[in-house]
Amino acid sequence: MHDKSVFQHRLLPYVLVAPQLIITLVFFIWPAGQALYQSFLVEDAFGFSTEFVWFENFIYLLSDPEYWTSIRVTAVFSFWVAFVGMALALLLAAMADKVIRGSRFYQTLLIWPYAVAPVVAAVLWLMLFSPSIGLLPFWLSKVGYQWNHLANSVEANILVIIASVWKQFSYNFIFFIAGLQAIPRSLIEAAAIDGARPFRRFWQIVFPLLSPTAFFLLVVNVVYAFFETFAVIHATTQGGPGNSTKTLVYKVFEDGFIGLDLGSSSAQSVLLMVIVITLTVVQFRYVEKKVQY
Amino acid sequence: MVENRPWLTLTRHILLWLGIAVISLPIWVALVAATHPTSAFVSGILPLWFGDQAVTNLVAVLSNDGGLGVSVSATRMLWNSFVMAMVIAVGKIVISMMSAYAIVYFRFPGRQLCFWLIFITLMLPVEVRILPTYEVVANLGLLNSYAGLTIPLIASATATFLFRQFFMSVPDSLLEAARIDGAGPIRFFKDILLPLSANNIAALFVILFIYGWNQYLWPLLITTDEQYYTIVMAIKRLMTSDNGLIPWNLIMTTTILAMLPPVIVVLAMQKLFVKGLIEQEK
Repeated sequence: MHDKSVFQHRLLPYVLVAPQLIITLVFFIWPAGQALYQSFLVEDAFGFSTEFVWFENFIYLLSDPEYWTSIRVTAVFSFWVAFVGMALALLLAAMADKVIRGSRFYQTLLIWPYAVAPVVAAVLWLMLFSPSIGLLPFWLSKVGYQWNHLANSVEANILVIIASVWKQFSYNFIFFIAGLQAIPRSLIEAAAIDGARPFRRFWQIVFPLLSPTAFFLLVVNVVYAFFETFAVIHATTQGGPGNSTKTLVYKVFEDGFIGLDLGSSSAQSVLLMVIVITLTVVQFRYVEKKVQY
Repeated sequence: MVENRPWLTLTRHILLWLGIAVISLPIWVALVAATHPTSAFVSGILPLWFGDQAVTNLVAVLSNDGGLGVSVSATRMLWNSFVMAMVIAVGKIVISMMSAYAIVYFRFPGRQLCFWLIFITLMLPVEVRILPTYEVVANLGLLNSYAGLTIPLIASATATFLFRQFFMSVPDSLLEAARIDGAGPIRFFKDILLPLSANNIAALFVILFIYGWNQYLWPLLITTDEQYYTIVMAIKRLMTSDNGLIPWNLIMTTTILAMLPPVIVVLAMQKLFVKGLIEQEK
């Protein structure tokens, strides 16, 4: 590839990148550096003095069973959000893709929750699951089940998973539809002529061809479950009951803003950064591979 | 369609309608709840059909006569959300276009470094640096201000990459032609690149407007003055009531107001938005 033609100018490019760069340095790089620096410090209860303690915060954190609980909660939660959200979206996308009449109508009715804020999703489902007046607990009580997500940790998890999946469904759906539409019809027709029935065609031809989309969505969904569902948890369970829905991001928020434990919160931030960086690298590695392929 | 299988087609439509029903259920219940008096939510089960209090609830929320858990009216919070979403969307587009233009159309010392610094922001979402970012904003005196609500969120690696990708796909011959005609870098940007980017800008605007409107954690951290509450972050505040009775009707009226603008934007610009979303991730 030859070089793109460019302008010659000494000052202009710097003026152009300056706003983006200043905001990046002030609000991204500097705070991230601060988090890194503070993760090596311990502050006394009144904030009068700080002491440099090397990796003590990390050691303390990683030997704290509560932190491991939070890791486990995050892992379980992310798994279910990604799995349920993607499975349902793939199912409905496969259905909508084949519809000839009204396909657009169906799509419109299925994609609008993209625009809904996670906290709105949370409040809507919180009302539906309200133990005193909610519809679903009412129906469940008809079959003899008492729903109370304020006391039962499994039910609390189900609530936050449903609200999170409901909001993310549309995103997955949009990408699966696009992936399905990119598959050449001739492949499907050739398989049909060879006598493959619809289910076989789906699993043996369509599904493998969708794997890049699925992988991409998997990363996006995990990132979503890690970070963006903070609002869902904050509005519904606030980490409870016990610590059963306290994800890593919720814990950073709680320890930093409510507990005011600077060192621990910073150490947690640093560990989260490592996770995000890993996920981003995995994603980009994969995208690069796909381009070559 | 490869072949005709009536049963399969029927199953398809049934599954799709089931999906739509589940997706829409919360909205139905919310719309219904917004039309009842608070007393309808004391006991029993949520109402399933509309009441006659829709206008009363709407007026109560928009003017806030004291029934809301906050002192600010929904009108004010809608305005705050609108300002926040607009400034973030427009700001992100402007500064990303500028930096992408510099990176693609100029060769200058430090170009690679700029690119990497912008790239790194992708890996540092607000959620992982909550406390230090809050400190920076507090030290700059930006708590409880529109500047504090918007500026820290304006840097965007994805938007910059999108424009970079797009600019690189613009044929070199356009630049050569413009140069022969005597156009400088600013003229070229304004008269050629900007019109060519119109579709990208519109698609990106939809996505960024929704992003800005739906921010939760950030306004939660930096607004303590209720005059700066955004409607999305305030919904949770409304659920705490003094007498133990949750005013679901007012909460749902507020919730519907909070989701209406972004949903309208998505529905009105569906085609452009879907295209933009998929492009963005490439």
